[in-house]
Amino acid sequence: MFALRKMGEDVLGLWSLVKGLKITGTLFFSKQVTVHYPRASVENLATFRGPLELVPSPEDPARPLCIACMTCASTCPTGAITVIKKKVPKPEIEGSDEDKTALKAPTKGPGKFTYDYTLCCQCGLCAENCPKEALRFSGNPCSAGTDRKEFEFDLLKKLLNDERCQTL
Amino acid sequence: MSFDEIQLIRTIIAVVAAALFVAVSVIFLVYLERKVAGHVQRRPGPFEVGPHGMLQTVADAIKLLSKQPLKPDGADPFLFWLAPVAAFAPTLLLLLPIPFGPILTGFEVNLGLLLILAFSGVNVLALCLAGWGSDNKWAILGAARSVAQAVGYEIPLLLAVLAVTFTNGTLNLSELVARQGPYPWHWNFMTQPLAFFIYFVCAVAETNRNPFDLPEAESELTAGFHTEYSGMGFGLFFLAEYTNMIVVCSVCTALFLGGWQGPVLPGFWWFLAKMYVLLLVMMWFRWTFPRMRFDQLLNLNWKWLLPLSILNLMGTAFFMKLF
Repeated sequence: MFALRKMGEDVLGLWSLVKGLKITGTLFFSKQVTVHYPRASVENLATFRGPLELVPSPEDPARPLCIACMTCASTCPTGAITVIKKKVPKPEIEGSDEDKTALKAPTKGPGKFTYDYTLCCQCGLCAENCPKEALRFSGNPCSAGTDRKEFEFDLLKKLLNDERCQTL
Repeated sequence: MSFDEIQLIRTIIAVVAAALFVAVSVIFLVYLERKVAGHVQRRPGPFEVGPHGMLQTVADAIKLLSKQPLKPDGADPFLFWLAPVAAFAPTLLLLLPIPFGPILTGFEVNLGLLLILAFSGVNVLALCLAGWGSDNKWAILGAARSVAQAVGYEIPLLLAVLAVTFTNGTLNLSELVARQGPYPWHWNFMTQPLAFFIYFVCAVAETNRNPFDLPEAESELTAGFHTEYSGMGFGLFFLAEYTNMIVVCSVCTALFLGGWQGPVLPGFWWFLAKMYVLLLVMMWFRWTFPRMRFDQLLNLNWKWLLPLSILNLMGTAFFMKLF
């Protein structure tokens, strides 16, 4: 009896093969979900975690929002971020008008902000913990290079000549 | 010219034509296979070389031809180099007795079907030699599997073919086709549906295609019997696999689907169309079904296909005697 029931199950199992063929058959004729990469790009690139970049301040695109608080560097689990504070000469109390405008400019900021993409694990802790929201992932998918050194980015320099991947 | 000379020239022309047909078909089939794979997985498949990637397989063939053939240190040089040749050489012969059109048969022979069945067995020997000669554990495992599989699946395949030849009383493929009509209800597939089913399953298994590609089994045996082959050594195995696919689909067309018979169009195109539909179904299988386990493979053969084909043959014999 058991053997007969087993055989019946096996025969009914053939139907699952037909089902499988139906699924792949319909997929064959449905719309493709990939794009021809160098010539076309997907629309949701904003969600892509590319290499980190500094967020420029709204007033001056060449200046970062970063205040060099070192939170990112200390939270980074892989030590991919190195921040060196900017050395600012102590402002004098009495001075000319020029000094006063210098006072208005932010005194805190990074002097050097290097980021090693080869170490980065894209966990996003740095961007999440940044008090000024001055770090974000760029949506740049085209990071290719022939040398490890090419992935040690100087983010301040990058901010100055911000250019997205040229091929896109 | 004597009859023998004419026959010789005819055979030579047929072999050359078969080689050409194989070369062109395989290049196209590999392209088709990749396109089918791509579209089933909702990606475009090869696209960069030539319009819609048409020249991709040509580029790959050139790459294979220009690569250095390497032999592992411990391998048996004679067997190692004999295997790919032994895999490919008989496949050209297999195409000769197949009737591609009303008069388009390379080598008219009474026992054409028997010839094909006999020489297709050489392929297994070649795989076995490749596995043994490579001196590689994956290769020998693949070879052992291929032998067990081929020995098992040959039997139901033969019995299914036998049932059809019983009803038609001939082993000549041209005659078998001529006995069928142009429309589907005239075809042997209608009188022998079970034999058709068994034949096709066994054909997929005999050509080592998914879901029965255990001798290769990339994920378990790296590449099975052809692990150690590079360049054209691998290329010949590849050619042999696709040629065998063409052969089993051609035989299936001739046996069950009316061969070159069909309305309006000339015979050759009907044959080609039917053959390519079967090849497409084989590709469809490959990108749908996961690979079987080895015990499942043998269970399917010995517990299902073999008893079913024997019952089918006995039933056929019974009805032939009765009516």
